[in-house]
Amino acid sequence: MKDIVSQNLSDLLNNIKEKKISSEEVTKAFIERSEKSKTLNCYVTDNFESALKDSKKFDNNPDFSLKLSGIPIAVKDLFCTQGVKTTAGSKILNNFIPTYESTVTQNLWNEGAILLGKLNCDEFAMGSSNETSFFGNVQSPIDKNLVPGGSSGGSASALAANLTPITIGTDTGGSIRQPASFTGTVGLKPTYGSCSRYGIVAFASSLDQAGPMAKNVKDCSLLYEVISSYDSKDSTSIEFKRNNYSELLSNNIKGKKIGIPKEYRVDEMPKEIEDLWIKGIDYIKDCGAEIIDISLPHTQYALPTYYIVAPAEASSNLARYDGVKYGFRSEGNNLIDMYEKTRSEGFGNEVKRRIMIGTYVLSSGYYDAYYLKAQKVRKLIKNDFDEAYKKVDAILTPSTPSSAFKIGEKTNDPVSMYLNDVFTVPVNLAGLPGISIPAGLDKKGYPLGLQIIGKAFDEQNILNIAYAMEERINFKNNIKEWWIK
Amino acid sequence: MTKENGQYLIIRDKNIYEVVIGLEVHAQVLSKSKLFSSSPTKFGAEPNTQVSLVDAAFPGMLPVINEFCIKQAIKTGIGLKAKINKKSVFDRKNYFYADLPQGYQISQYKNPIVGEGTVILDMPYGQRKIGIERLHLEQDAGKSIHDMDPKNTLVDLNRSGIALMEIVSKPDLKSLEEVNAYIKKLRSIMRYLGTCDGNMQEGSLRADVNVSVKKKNSEKLGTRCEIKNVNSIKFMQLAIEYEANRQVDLIEEGQEIDQETRSFDAKKNKTRSMRSKEDAHDYRYFPDPDLLPLEVSDEFVEQLKSEIPELPDEKKKRFLEKFNLSPYEANILVSEIETSKYFEEVIKDADVKLATNWITGELFSLLNTKNLEISKSPISAKNLSKLINLIKDGTISGKIAKTVFDLMADGDQNPQKIIEEKDLKQQSDPKELEKLIEKVITDNPEKVKEYKSGKEKLFGFFVGQIMKSSGGKANPQLVNDILKKKL
Repeated sequence: MKDIVSQNLSDLLNNIKEKKISSEEVTKAFIERSEKSKTLNCYVTDNFESALKDSKKFDNNPDFSLKLSGIPIAVKDLFCTQGVKTTAGSKILNNFIPTYESTVTQNLWNEGAILLGKLNCDEFAMGSSNETSFFGNVQSPIDKNLVPGGSSGGSASALAANLTPITIGTDTGGSIRQPASFTGTVGLKPTYGSCSRYGIVAFASSLDQAGPMAKNVKDCSLLYEVISSYDSKDSTSIEFKRNNYSELLSNNIKGKKIGIPKEYRVDEMPKEIEDLWIKGIDYIKDCGAEIIDISLPHTQYALPTYYIVAPAEASSNLARYDGVKYGFRSEGNNLIDMYEKTRSEGFGNEVKRRIMIGTYVLSSGYYDAYYLKAQKVRKLIKNDFDEAYKKVDAILTPSTPSSAFKIGEKTNDPVSMYLNDVFTVPVNLAGLPGISIPAGLDKKGYPLGLQIIGKAFDEQNILNIAYAMEERINFKNNIKEWWIK
Repeated sequence: MTKENGQYLIIRDKNIYEVVIGLEVHAQVLSKSKLFSSSPTKFGAEPNTQVSLVDAAFPGMLPVINEFCIKQAIKTGIGLKAKINKKSVFDRKNYFYADLPQGYQISQYKNPIVGEGTVILDMPYGQRKIGIERLHLEQDAGKSIHDMDPKNTLVDLNRSGIALMEIVSKPDLKSLEEVNAYIKKLRSIMRYLGTCDGNMQEGSLRADVNVSVKKKNSEKLGTRCEIKNVNSIKFMQLAIEYEANRQVDLIEEGQEIDQETRSFDAKKNKTRSMRSKEDAHDYRYFPDPDLLPLEVSDEFVEQLKSEIPELPDEKKKRFLEKFNLSPYEANILVSEIETSKYFEEVIKDADVKLATNWITGELFSLLNTKNLEISKSPISAKNLSKLINLIKDGTISGKIAKTVFDLMADGDQNPQKIIEEKDLKQQSDPKELEKLIEKVITDNPEKVKEYKSGKEKLFGFFVGQIMKSSGGKANPQLVNDILKKKL
């Protein structure tokens, strides 16, 4: 039997169910691994003691009919967890312990999973490199001083470094797919409305969506079917037929029509990415699917649109962090003074930047020119996809325009940082599902990902395509465990 | 201020100004739970005991529309004869305040649930139609308490998230009397509908007043000022009076009026500037992305229409046509839903004319002295109805009825029982009466002589004597008839 922490979810589940290993052994192994990996700075809060107790409790009275029986899992620190500190990577929530549980994490516990801890992320999920967290940047296991991507950087890094067998993140503009791509893991951003937003610290309400991250497509499918549910507590949650995605997973994609959007051939895209994309197209053809050239004409407007819509919503969503009710407070001479001090000291620079952008684009006199126009463009972007889906079943693109970069490389150039989201944000703006799968390594040995975008609620289809491609790609992550002494 | 055809005028030297008033009424939706959460809405609960995670804006909490509040708003719209918008949108109004936990208020800005409508006022100088601009739904904020702690402001979030209907009138109101009548009418309609209890003391009905002045006969409206913080009709009148005169003074001095929000200081009877246009809040309204646009179907609206009770205007029309009441009487009987209910209960099997007189006369004065609402009337509609029937069938006289009425007020007693116990039944037996009358005639031979010699005024004297000797119980009509014959 393989070393516990390098087993994937399916293996662990089988071994637990066949009583080859106990939940406690599994949990212990991931805890030990996590303790040896503090250099990566993946955890904001560990829940190791409780996790051990929970695993013993599971072993004493195991229920193997559950989908995640006895599996320990660490989650992004954007999900509110009852009784466990939830910070959203921010100083302003550094002392916040929710009395309630997010629907998505509750779904995990209902299926027998055990909380290992809360994973680092960009502050309020605003970032593409996990460098904006109040709790420090996360290192990628891929290489020293390499960013794991963001905002679900702690999740991606922990997963790739075997600190957790599976994990969940949130994706507002690429925050699951980009770090998955950077760390050689699989990440799915589901259709908007598929996973409840109840209990997830909000960044941009019309774009935020929770999703699974795993080491392979099958694990990702299983985790997705656990976390996706209709929830009356979220007015944007949608009732639709949810599959047992992992059971229905099939590598037969013969006859599927896959679109290749010409607008994704952006200027200055490294040759490696271009080559990877072509390789992906070949794999698709090998699987018997058909390649069709398509056009998504408004793609170039997606990024500016996103950086109006997301900050606008964020500026309002983050107004509640005012020092009055919970979280960090800096005392002031009066109410306004307290607000100013609390928010100046409590928020980091990137969050402040986005609050300012958002406040600006919603201000009277600018609303029509920015926010309203952005909403119109957003509709056009969605229409592009609707048009394309008349001809194709899914769309294949690179996940990111580059591989992972070094810590500090882009921190002083926010626009170049934002450009990292160029292939992922259109998917959020259109509310569609998108999955990133590892597809190769660049010449530095850093992982590169391909993205498959589906029709709304057609997760099964993109999971199947990803599954078929995964088989052919046969990706091997190149992790040298440099951080373990 | 002087008045001309109901229009308040301010006269300065040669210039005559008309006062133009519009109201923004905030009516608390009568609902057990809040607009976007399931917290209770009971008035007067211990501070911060009716607060959910949503109301206190905890991280990751999301609003979910309370369908009942939507129904209430649509019903109110129907009651205001207004257009119901099939699609409306909840927006966020962003501003910081300690009692606004989200940092924004969810309100309807561009697309309200109810559009234009009309409210009819019956004024002494005729009927007035007041335009309704719109009705929209919004959340109430919490309450900041500044005087309970020397250093800190305390916040009570019980009110946070309670559903309010903001009803905006057109600038159609011309005087304090019309403002008063308008608020009473709105209140009456909503109480008929059961959509707002209209309780001003508990803050279920609050109003902001927009005041402007314009030269008489000019079409152009002046710059308006919005006066906030006017919690009673009396204060509203004082505020309007002060504000209109202030504006006229400015115009007379050749100064501009700033469009601004002013607050009313009830101690000084003055309005003062809260914030001017220059530093006005920029609320950064935008559609709340946590809520989808609200769409209602025709069937939904039709169903609600079918649940609408008869409203005061229609009821009044029916009362006038069916019962031959005076417009004054009809107005009194329909203005409060409880009064109309009481009235209709009484006339189920009693004379309408007598019922009207007894309710608007004796009953109202009784309620007035005891300071009671008609719903708490010490005399039930059923027993008043019995009393009226006893008058009508001659069992007791109107005069005795008043005595009985006073006794009934003491624990809602059955009038029949009182009459029996106190032996107050009217004497209508002609033989008995004849005996009484003959006795009075024999006892007063001098007066009889005088009467017969032409002093007819003495007839009243005899009646009085007869009534006295009967203890007030003699049937006056019969006494008259018999006495005439005997004399």
